[in-house]
Amino acid sequence: MLILEGLSKTYKTGDAALRDVSLTVPKGQIMGLIGPSGAGKSTLIRCINRLVEPTGGKVLLGDMDLVRLGKADLRRQRRRIGMIFQEYALVERLTVMENVLSGRLGYVPFWRSFLRKYPPADIQRAYQLLDRVGLIEHADKRADALSGGQRQRVGIARALAQDPELLLVDEPTASLDPKTSRQIMRLLTEICAERDLPAIVNIHDVPLAQQFMQRIVGLRAGRVVFDGTPDQLTHDALTAIYGEEDWNEMRRGDEEQTRAELDARDRMAALAR
Amino acid sequence: MTEITHYSQVWSYRTSRGRLALWGGWLALVALFVWCWQIMTRDTIWFFVADAPTQAADIGSRMVPPRWSYLPELMQPLWDTINIATLGTIGGVIMAVPVAFLAARNTTPSALILRPIALFIIVASRSINSLIWALLLVAIIGPGLLAGIVAIALRSIGFIGKLLYEAIEETDATQIEAIEATGASGAQVLSYGIVPQIMPAFWGITVFRWDINIRESTILGLVGAGGIGLKLQASLNTLAWSQVTVILLLILATVVLSEWVSARMRHAII
Repeated sequence: MLILEGLSKTYKTGDAALRDVSLTVPKGQIMGLIGPSGAGKSTLIRCINRLVEPTGGKVLLGDMDLVRLGKADLRRQRRRIGMIFQEYALVERLTVMENVLSGRLGYVPFWRSFLRKYPPADIQRAYQLLDRVGLIEHADKRADALSGGQRQRVGIARALAQDPELLLVDEPTASLDPKTSRQIMRLLTEICAERDLPAIVNIHDVPLAQQFMQRIVGLRAGRVVFDGTPDQLTHDALTAIYGEEDWNEMRRGDEEQTRAELDARDRMAALAR
Repeated sequence: MTEITHYSQVWSYRTSRGRLALWGGWLALVALFVWCWQIMTRDTIWFFVADAPTQAADIGSRMVPPRWSYLPELMQPLWDTINIATLGTIGGVIMAVPVAFLAARNTTPSALILRPIALFIIVASRSINSLIWALLLVAIIGPGLLAGIVAIALRSIGFIGKLLYEAIEETDATQIEAIEATGASGAQVLSYGIVPQIMPAFWGITVFRWDINIRESTILGLVGAGGIGLKLQASLNTLAWSQVTVILLLILATVVLSEWVSARMRHAII
């Protein structure tokens, strides 16, 4: 279980990215974090594993306050938190297997990671995860040889290789097409359900969030302005998060966009044939 | 669409002040050239200049035919030259890599003290020509191959260090962030997040520097630091022009070959 208490972040430039955010994410819950650009979504999830240092508040994972930890302890605690990135953030020039095994870096001594001599149990687990995300036959390919959707699957396998107790997911589908986005979201939700894993998912695509999330939190200017189920995300709630806009029109537009993209792809496929 | 006539048809790339400054700048440049030309030609003895074609033809005629029988004698110095370049490059790389990591903003352990020191090492190494390094080293450790190797290595630190630290600073931060997020230690972040990203640059820079070092090491012999330059100096001193031709052709062939090798290697890596 993850508890945020009064989490705040003010950058050196004086911009308050987060103001007094308090949230509780129970075991097994997938929470979507929505909000306009600059609302503090990325800052929030990076404050949890302290890739960004929070300026105030508490981050409790289990009964451990991550904000107070020293460098060595922080490294040990980061192993409990898997992170998945927008642009996949794989090490492009390493193989798929090396990328998945890099999820074990916090558990193995330097010489093992340097010589790529991981313990047999780690290797077996990496193969098992690659099989789970459907990439076992690509294990020895270089990461930059894969497509976007495949790379994000490697990113998921790397995060799971850590045996995490929490997943932080930063815009997992922002660089993917609508169909692959839905496949990735489905995979993420299945995996979280299998392991009873809580997850915080930054997402800017509201219909996608409504389709896959159990709970949605809306951020605006660093404050929580909405916290509820996808059904409760009404016209008024969206206006509170994003400001005035014709939301029904936008949703219709989004469906149209999806249909248009699918149509365009079908036609391209027909041309290629 | 008829509204369009209300918009201005005039748009200029530079402001009128900018145009004036540009013209002024060009005028000043031309004036400077004319002035320099006058100073330059004041002390020229035009008789020698007029004589130049005759002199060139004279030396040229003494340079051909090349004395090919001199070639076997050159093989050992040539081998020395290649060894100076190769060992010097290796030595330079070994010293340059830590300097580069200290100098790169994203990896330096202390931006206030160690980074300026590393940058100073790079500048100092780059500002002194390898011929001058060799002159100093011949005086310090005596003439021979070792002075040449050390001179090449010292000169290479700056070149490799500078290009490598720029490559380190250009690495993709999100890949490094992702490795940090797994709970990796500092050394592991370096070996998984940064090293794979700079490997192509590293090999490209090293091979390129080796290629330059082959060229530089051919002249180190002029100051007594071993290699084929020693033979060149000896032949020049005895006015043995037909031998000079052989040496120059051999250097040319070596440089062309090294350039070909380095181009092939860089192609294979990148």
